[in-house]
Parts: sequence; C-alpha cells; structure tokens
Amino acid sequence: MRDIRWRLALATIILTASGYMAVSPVQAQTDTPSAIQRQADQPAAPAPVVAVTPAPDAYSGLASTHFDVIAASIAQIGSQETPQAHDTLKALASHHLFAGNDGHALYIHDGDGWRDVRTGIPASPDPNQVHPVRVNNRVRLALAEVQAGQALVTGTPAQRLAAASRLAEHPDPALLLLVDHALDTSHDAALDATLKRAKAAIILSPGAPVSNPATLLAAVASLRAQGGLTSRAVLAGFAGNETAPTQARDAARHAMASIDRREKIWALGQQAFYGLSLGSVLLLVAMGLAITFGVMGVINMAHGELVMLGAYTTYLVQKGVLAVAPGLSGFTLVLAAPAAFVVCSAIGVLIERSLIRFLYGRPLETLLATWGLSLIIQQAVRSVFGSTNVAVSTPGWLSGAFQLGGMTITMNRLAIMLFAAAVMVALMLVLRRTALGLEMRAVTQNRRMATLMGIRTARVDALTFALGSGVAGLAGVAVSQIDNVSPNLGQGYIIDSFLVVVFGGVGNLWGTLAAAMTLGIGGKTLEPLLGAVSGKILLLVLVIVFIQRCPRGMFPLRGRGIES
Amino acid sequence: MTAGFGFRNVPRIACMVVIVAGFLSLGSLLPDSNPLSVSPFIVTLVGKYLAYAMLAVAVDLVWGFAGILTLGHAAFFALGGYAMGMYLTREIGTRGVYGNPDLPDFMVFLSWKSLPWYWWGSNHILMAIVLVFLVPGILAGLFGWLAFRSRVSGVYLSIVTQALTYALMLAFFQNGLGFGGNNGLTDFKDILGFDLHSQTTRATMLVFSALLLAGTMIGARWLVSGRFGRLLIAVRDAESRTRFLGYRPEQVKLLVWVVSAMIAALGGALYVIQVGIINPGEFAPANSIESVIWVAVGGRGTICGAVIGAVLVNFGKTLLTAWLPEAWLYGLGLLFILTTLFLPEGLMGLGHQVMRRRAEVTPEVTQTEGDAES
Amino acid sequence: MTDPTMCVSRRDFARFSLAASAAMLVGGKTARAAAPTGEPIRIGVLHSLSGTMAISETTLKDVILMLVDLQNKKGGVGGRPLEAVVVDPASNWPLYTEKARQLLAVDKVAAVFGCWTSVSRKAVLPVFEELNGILFYPVQYEGQECSRNVFYMGAAPNQQAIPAVDYLLGEDGGSARRFALIGTDYVYPRTTNQILQAYLKQKGIADADVMVSYMPFGQSDWQTTVSQIKAFGSAGKKTAVISTINGDANVPFYKELGAQGIAATDIPVMAFSVGEEELAGMDTKPLVGQLAAWNYFESIDTPANKAFINAWHTFTKSPKRVTNDPMEAHYIGFNLWVQAVEKTGTTDHDKVIAAMVGLKQPNLTGGIAEVLPNHHITKPVYIGEIQDDGQFNVVWQTPQEIPAQAWSPYVPETRNLTGDWRAPISCGNYDTAKKACLGTRHA
Repeated sequence: MRDIRWRLALATIILTASGYMAVSPVQAQTDTPSAIQRQADQPAAPAPVVAVTPAPDAYSGLASTHFDVIAASIAQIGSQETPQAHDTLKALASHHLFAGNDGHALYIHDGDGWRDVRTGIPASPDPNQVHPVRVNNRVRLALAEVQAGQALVTGTPAQRLAAASRLAEHPDPALLLLVDHALDTSHDAALDATLKRAKAAIILSPGAPVSNPATLLAAVASLRAQGGLTSRAVLAGFAGNETAPTQARDAARHAMASIDRREKIWALGQQAFYGLSLGSVLLLVAMGLAITFGVMGVINMAHGELVMLGAYTTYLVQKGVLAVAPGLSGFTLVLAAPAAFVVCSAIGVLIERSLIRFLYGRPLETLLATWGLSLIIQQAVRSVFGSTNVAVSTPGWLSGAFQLGGMTITMNRLAIMLFAAAVMVALMLVLRRTALGLEMRAVTQNRRMATLMGIRTARVDALTFALGSGVAGLAGVAVSQIDNVSPNLGQGYIIDSFLVVVFGGVGNLWGTLAAAMTLGIGGKTLEPLLGAVSGKILLLVLVIVFIQRCPRGMFPLRGRGIES
Repeated sequence: MTAGFGFRNVPRIACMVVIVAGFLSLGSLLPDSNPLSVSPFIVTLVGKYLAYAMLAVAVDLVWGFAGILTLGHAAFFALGGYAMGMYLTREIGTRGVYGNPDLPDFMVFLSWKSLPWYWWGSNHILMAIVLVFLVPGILAGLFGWLAFRSRVSGVYLSIVTQALTYALMLAFFQNGLGFGGNNGLTDFKDILGFDLHSQTTRATMLVFSALLLAGTMIGARWLVSGRFGRLLIAVRDAESRTRFLGYRPEQVKLLVWVVSAMIAALGGALYVIQVGIINPGEFAPANSIESVIWVAVGGRGTICGAVIGAVLVNFGKTLLTAWLPEAWLYGLGLLFILTTLFLPEGLMGLGHQVMRRRAEVTPEVTQTEGDAES
Repeated sequence: MTDPTMCVSRRDFARFSLAASAAMLVGGKTARAAAPTGEPIRIGVLHSLSGTMAISETTLKDVILMLVDLQNKKGGVGGRPLEAVVVDPASNWPLYTEKARQLLAVDKVAAVFGCWTSVSRKAVLPVFEELNGILFYPVQYEGQECSRNVFYMGAAPNQQAIPAVDYLLGEDGGSARRFALIGTDYVYPRTTNQILQAYLKQKGIADADVMVSYMPFGQSDWQTTVSQIKAFGSAGKKTAVISTINGDANVPFYKELGAQGIAATDIPVMAFSVGEEELAGMDTKPLVGQLAAWNYFESIDTPANKAFINAWHTFTKSPKRVTNDPMEAHYIGFNLWVQAVEKTGTTDHDKVIAAMVGLKQPNLTGGIAEVLPNHHITKPVYIGEIQDDGQFNVVWQTPQEIPAQAWSPYVPETRNLTGDWRAPISCGNYDTAKKACLGTRHA
C-alpha cells in the first residue's frame, strides 16, 4: 500500500514537472526499464544491432539540446527505480554523461571507460559524435529536485534530513505526497520537524494543491514560528497570490511583519559580526605595522607588500602540497601560516639589515626608501608570478556558513576572527613575557637609556622588524582567503593599516585592537545607512577630526623617549 | 638652515626655467624642417613637468622649511585642477557629444536637469581663478587650523593628510558628486576662446607656466628668507623653544601651509590646461608620496631642488615607461632607495657638498630634534 | 625586456635632450622577423603593465605581440614587417594621454591597440582626434560614444547586456522577476544600468523589483551587499543579480557569495566583466552555474578558436594561460586593420579609416565581424555558466550576429542619435530627428 502511494507521488512529479510529457511517449517509461533489466542480466549476449531510427524513450530527452526537454527527461528518469536511472543521474551530476549527436545515444564516460547508458555494456563511440549532456541551472535544479525526492524515500537518515531541509528552503509542490509519505514513516523527531516545515512551505508555495483555510493558517503559523528569510520568501509569495483565501493572506502578511521585526534585531547582530570580521582583517594587517611603525618608528610603506608576499607564500605552499601530498590539501593553511611567517620575517631581516638600519633617526627617509622598495617588490612579483590573480583555494572546512539564529556566520570570516585573536594574544605574550619583548619595550621607551643598559639595540631592531614583517605575512595568509591574490594586494591595505595604528595610538597594541574594531564596526554600521563610499568618507573625516582632538590617538603611549 | 647651494641660486634657476621654456616654445612654432624645431609633444610634456614642479615647490615649502611632512598635497593640486577643469568644461559649450549648451556631457548622461549650485559662475575665467585659490585655501586653512592648534605633528600629521586626500579621492570617484566620477573632466576645447590644441596656445601656456613657476620660486624664497623665514626655521627645528620664546608656532605653520596649498592648486590648474584631463586619480595618496620624493631627490629645503627633482624624476619616468615598459618600476624604486641612502640631501646637497661641505658645522642636537619632530 | 620575440623599437628622441640620447645608447636593439623586408610599420600598444589595471591589460599587450609575431611570420603586411611599440601608461590616466601623444607624434605609429577602462579611452580620445590617429579599443563598454578615430571592437550594451537580461527573464534562465543591479561606481555600470532599468520597465518589471547599488573601486568587503542581496531575494519572486562589478573587486565578491552559500540555482548572478582571466584567480566550485555574457568564450569549440588558443599557449610558453573576450576583440581588430592596410596599400590614417567600414573578419567562435558605419562591429552574443574548471559552458547564443548600437535607444537624450562615418553624413552623433550633426563633424 505504502509503496503504491509513493510511486503515485513520483508519477505526480513527472506530470507537474514536465511540459515535455505532452509530446513524449509515456509507455516507454514502464516498458524500458524491464527491458534494460533483462539485457543487463545477460551481459555476455551481443548487443542488438542498432535500429535505423531508435525509438525515443525516457532517456533520449537527455540528448536534446533544449534545457526544458533535458529537465523533463530528468524528472521522468527520476521516477524510475532502476540502477540505470540512478547511475545516469549520478553520472549527469558528475559531468560523466555524454550524449550522441544523433539525439538518442547516451554514454557514461568515467574511470571505467565508455559504456552505453541503456544497456550498461562497454561502448566505443566516436568522440567527435558525442557531447557532454547539456547542463544549466534549470537542469541542475531539476536534478537536485529529483535527487531530493529520491533521498527522501530511499536515503539514509542523514540524507533524508538533508533532503527535507532542502525542501523546506526550496518548496516543490510536486513532492507534497512524498513529504506526506516521509512524515508517515518518520521515527525521528528532528526529521519530523524539518518535514513539517517543508510541508508548510510547500502548502503555501505557488502551484500547490488547494488546501482548506485551516491548513493554510496552520502552515502560516508554522512558518512564522520558523522565521528566517526563506520562510519570509514563501509567505511573501503566498500573500501575493490573489486566488488564496483573504484570511490566510492577511495572516501571512502579519507573519511577514513579525519575521521582519525579528530579522531587524538579528540584523543588528549580523552587522556586529560583519563589523568584527572587517575589524579583524584590519587588525591583522595593522598588527605588523603596529610593531614596525609603532615600536620602531619605521614608516614602512612596503608593509602592504609584505602582506602580499604572505599571500603568495600561501599560494606556493598550496601548490607544493598539491604536488607532493594531495591528501593534505585541507591543511595547507595550517602549513602556510608558519611558512608565511618565516618567509616574511626573513625578508624583514633582509630589509632591516640592508636598508632601514642606515636610516634610523631619519623616520621620514624610511618612508621614501620603503616606498621605493614597495615598487620593486610589486614589480618583482609581477615578473615572477604574472600580473594576473593567482588562485588560492579555500579548504572545505573553511567554506560555507552556518546559521546562528537569524544570523549567517561565514566560516572563513569566523576563522579570520579567531586567527586575529590568536595572533594578537601571541604578540602580547611575546611583548610581555619574553626577554626579547622586554628589550623591545625598553628600546621603544628610551633608546639611549636601553643602549646604556647593555641592550644590543641593533639586534633588537632586526628582530623587531622581523617580528612585524612575519605578522604581516600571517595577515597575508588570512587575506588570501577573502581577497584577490595579485601584485596589487598590498596597496589596498596600506592606508587603512596606517590609519588604524595612528588612530589607536602608536606603539600600543591595545590601541590598535580598539582602533581596528572601531573602524570595522563603524564602517559596517554606516555602510547600510549611507552607502559604502559615503560611509567610508564619513569615517575618515571622523578619524581626522578625532586625531585633531587627540593628537596621539586613542591610547597614547607614555614614555620619556616618546615626547620630543 | 643655512643658505644652501640650491637656495642661493633660486633667481638663477628661475631665469633658466623661463629661458628654456621660451626657447622650447619658439622652437615649437618653427616648421618641422627647421633644425631647431621642437616637437609639440615635448611642449606638452615640459608643460606637465612645470606644473609638477609647482607642486614640488609647494611641498618643499611645508616640508623643507616648516618641517611638516605632507602626504596629501596632491589633494590641493587636484582641487585646483578641478576648479580650472570646471571652467574648461563649460567652455566646451555645445560641442559636447550631446550638444547640450548648459550641461556637461556627464550630467546629461546622468539625466540631470540643471547645473548643481557649486557649478555656478564656473563659465567665467575669473571665477575659476578665484576657485583655484579659494577652495584649496579654505580647506587647507580649516585643516591646518585644527591640526596645528592641537599640535598634531610628525607622523600623525602625515597620516592624517594622507587620510584627507584619500577621503577626497573616494568622494570624487562618486558619480553623484557632480564632477564626472571616475572619468573626471576631459575633452576640453578652448581656453578664453583660444583653441587648446593649437600650437600657439600650447607655446603660450608653456611660457606662462614657466613665468608663474619662476615667480613662485622667487616668491617662496622671499617668504622663507626674511625674518619670517628665520622664525619658520626655528619652528621647524625647535618648536617648543620657539613657543617658550613667546611666538605662536601654529600661526606660522598655518600661514605657510595655506600658501603652500594655494601654490599646489595653481600647479593643478596649469596641469589641467596642458594635460587636458583631471580625474579622481590625481587625489591618490601615491601621487602625494611621489611629490615628496621629487623634493627628496632634488634636495629638501632648497626650492631649486624641488623643481629640479620634479622635472628629473618625471623625465625619467617618461623615458623609462617608454623604453623599459616592463622594468621601469625597478628603476624608479631603486632611485628612491639610493637617493635616501646616499644622497640624504638630494642632488642639491650633492652640489652643496662639492662646494663647501667641510666649511659648515651642523649642530648635532638641532639635527636630532628636528628629525624627531618632522 | 624579458621576451626576445618582442619587437620594441627605440624611439626617435633625438631632439629630446642630451640625457635622452645618452640613454638611447643604453637601449636595446630592434628584433625583427627575418622574412619581410622593407621599412617596418609601427603599431602602438597602449596597455598598462603596472598599477591596478596591469592585472587585465598585460595579457592584451601579449596578444598584440603574438599577432605581430604571427603576421611577420606570414610575411608582414604588404611585404613590410610589423613592429610593436610598447609603452606603459601605468594605470595613470594622464599618463595615457602623454603616451598616446608620444605614440602618434614621436613614434608615428600606423595604429594603436590599447586602453581598457572607459576613462583611459576618454583620456586619449582628444589626442587621437587632434593628431588623427587610429585606436582599436578591445573592451566591452557603455556605448554613447562614436569617434571617427576609434574602432570599438568590444560589445556595445545591446550586444551584451540586453540579451543577458532576456535570458534571465526566459524560462531557461529561471524566469527571474526581480533584479539586483550591482556595480562599481563608474560610467560603464551607470550607463548599462540606466539602459537596463529602462528595458526592464518595458518588460513589465516594477520599479520596486529592481535594486540598484554602486560600490567603490577595489571594494574588498562585500558582506553587507551580499546579505542585502539575500534579503532582496526573499520577496517571494525569482531573483537574479546583474553584476557590472569591475575586475579586481569580483574575486572578493564571488568569494563572499560562495561563503554565504548563495547558489546559482537560487539567485543567479549575471556578470558582464567576469571572464576566464578573472576566474583564473578563483576557486570556482562554489560558483558553478553563475553566468556571464560575452561575445567570446575560450570553451567554444571551433577550429579557429583551437588554433588561436594553441598559438597563445605556444607564444606564452604556458599551457595554462587562458584566453578571453577582449583578446578576441584585439584579434579581430588587428586582422581588420591588416586587411584595411593591404586593401589600400598604405598606412595613411585617413585612407585606412575610410577603408575600414564594411570590412569583414571571421570571429574565432564562428560568424563574421563586420565593421559598421558607426565604427563598431557585429558580434554574436553568448551566455556562459561558470564550471568547476574555471571555464564557461555556453548555455545560450544569439542565432546571428548583432550589429552594435553606439547610442542607446533606451536613454532619452540619445534616442535619435546615430553614428555614420560614411561620406554624406560623416558624423558620430547625427540626430536623425533634427537631421543635424551635434558636436564636431569631421571635415
């Protein structure tokens, strides 16, 4: 009984999903699978001689050049409970399905070579006579629908849950019966809840079978309780549907208003998250500068280029890992971070020893020299890697997002926030808890006195610059995940980093932190109100005015050496 | 600051600028066959260098003599350019692509119906000249008054000036602001009814620029050499001491700052006339930094050094971008590094060194204190 | 000069100054192909090799060098070898003006291939008109321009934007009924969106269903915009994004789209400035199905395209370098110019300009590019979906080539304008209603 019911449901999919059905021969759908089954049972038997014009069947639609025909064919194939159908759709999803140019033949071409879709026997088609089955978003959508339907009925519990959540977000009236069936057989509370959500969404979506007002109201209430943008979209569609009962539409409008109110509150949290994540990026790129500029007083205009080199190191490490141990490709960033630190520190030492050490006491000259250096580094990277972007991929564990209430938390941004916090803590520990940190602070506060106390300021200078450069390299690793990796990367960050350090107060890491977060959150708060550009301009003006009021930033560092 | 090699020779170099420019202008009017004829390309190029030299003099005035390292002087240069550009845009009249007699092309394309208020009067050259000086002057005055009064100095001031030009750049990039957005103002036809593309106009503009530059150089020298000049040097080298002596350093600085901004703006106005385009790219912080580098290459605090630095660096850029299009940045970068490492006082300093380095005693303390503040 | 195949001449700066002549001695030699003899014909390459635009324009310089190389191997043009004069305007618009003047006045080049951004084209336009040069402009642009001295080889809005919207409105594109127009704040997105808004209105899309948003250049933080798009898409109607975001801001935009989980099947993004070159810097797995409209895709399988790609790989000695739409535009422009020079037997600018109109050159992807009286060309339009290998899969194409409209009929001010540089009219902005030429007319 149950079996019949869902077969019926699948038949409904076909009827609703395909306008193609009107012209395609329906009988093939019941006959062909069994015929294929018989042939597949006897693989030794020679393949029958191909007829001059093969009769079109459910599959031949896939060989069409029209997306509507292909989509309809997918829906039709999806209703068949045969291994062929399953394999075919799987091959289509993984680009392994090829169609003959005659509009009929279909082959799967994967690691095992070519084989005919209908018979399952190996084939050797003329490569010039086949093309990959055409795929576009419409076809992909049809495929996802069919696969969700299949998963709902035959999948593992996890697959069923995934299919149910997909349905809740992309309600498809054709699957209503399937959802009902799944609800009947579900023994899992989580699945049950998701299915109910999906059902409510389906009932309210356009093209759903007419329900009585009570059911509609219940569905509206369910979506209202659920909240979120997808629920809102369904409700909005329903409220705009003029054939629906007025009472239910009013309820939908109220539900939308309620969701909007909740969304507004969540939006504040979302904005705070965006602000913090922007602030973290600013913090990361500014921290290195807070060391070189803040502690040493070197106006390092090549700081952005060190960030860029960090990003390129990530690219190289990724490429190397892919070549040597592809299995580790998920961990490239973990390897890239120390690599970038080491590479950039080494370059930092080189810069300090060969250039900056001759310019101590002449801070403005370092500006000019490092500006020249930044031009050279940019051009060098351009010569070596080319002027176009290089691709740094995001590992699986860093892609995507998860919902936290009504907020979308993107993994890469979250990781950057945590990374920035970790780097900040590490830097603090170095400065506060190590001998080097002590010496560094001593040199900052009073260089002459520190020298007299026996600190080798030259060595401290080199190490400090290396540390700052290394942190810039770490920032490069993070930036490679969200921005272009190109020779121009550094230029985009240099002004912001200087502003953060100066705004926060030179030589004070806490100030840098406070300034980065203020600028990040401020920017993200102003952006929706004024637009990105005007928001940024206003922020800059505010910072300028602030510095006029407090000439040494938010947290001025006190010390004898600082006051001139 | 003692009267250095470059500083002493300001009148001489100013005369040279005018003579060379006059020579080139006359040459450009000769027929091609004449061995002394000068390509019009050179005339526009030199015109551009002179406009840049004007900016360099402005930077030198504040950096070399008042110790204010500005990383935002290109903002005043660009504002002056826009003020002149507005006038030149209005001069196009009905010769724009849409043939609209009142509105510039970019406003027609944005479907604006009338000129915004700040374009009022921009069709008169006098208004343009007033705006060239007034707008950057007021901005500089406001900014300087706030900054010097609260004793923002050194690196802080540099970064804030950079933020200022950056904010202006972002603002001018916006199409809604009414200055043509990213495209800026271009495709000028006439100035005061004279065809901008004619040889005579170009030659005249070159001589005119040279005269203005020479005048500016001499004026700048006059400003910094008298009693006021000595005060300025005192403020640069020991601001606190000057203050304790009863002077008001912020007023001294403000005056130089505003004058310098106006000189930069004049450079911008000359630039637009001769280059034929002004757009928000001129506000880019990189341009400001480059102008500081011209001064450093030539020699800070010498006026002549600024002019020579601006012309030489830009001449080098012109040559290298054509000859070594893929490697010229190496050359430019190296130039900056080597100059700072081996020519701390620029080319003028080199000249000075050759002349009488040993005779001079540089007080160590003054040197250090000046650097801490600059 | 890293590339030995480059034929870069040393320019005649003899009158420049002593320093110039000294530096000239240091400069290199001229490399020439052996076959053709006679005085070389110089062509200018005006593309930024440094600065922000280097990312897009360096490739175009390489393409011209390759085309010159191939042409010289074929015997040059009219028996004379070609010589490319490469300069670097360094993404600085006034420097474009200076370099354009140098190429025309000092190097006396027969034609210039160059520019990418609209502002660079606008910056050099007065120079080309004053010195009567020829510029081949290879990038799709906002239209609303028709100069006698420029040949526009990229798409006008009606050759890219309008067909793309038609696709999104159609069933195969998902029957979108709500549109977010996201762009960088400069003239190309502004004009394109102005045209699209008028067009969408005509198609029955209400104003409330169109969102327009402009971002600054090089925007690297797209979190807010992407979440705004998500909220905009929750109004119960199929939503699509039309992106006119400029080059390097695209990577962070798409990274954010992928991170926030907006799939192409939910909210498709149709881009007009994202090609193979931009995708080369991205992990395209989260972007599968996102759309782009162009007049060329590397993935289009024709013998001519295959040969071009092979030649490109050989020339750059890298099998990974991709080809893209502006590269094909240069290919078409270069070959059209060669045809014109061979037809007239001279490089005289007036004669070549006059000979250009009506010339035909096969596209790499099939069909013919014909030079129209308005100095634009006919182009096929393709819509491609991003695949996980960084290439595009063509999902739609125009049945035949579309002739470019320099002036948009959807902008009220230019409704009646037309460009025709043939004899009787000879005007770039001819008002068909008033029967008069607005602006300046070439004598």
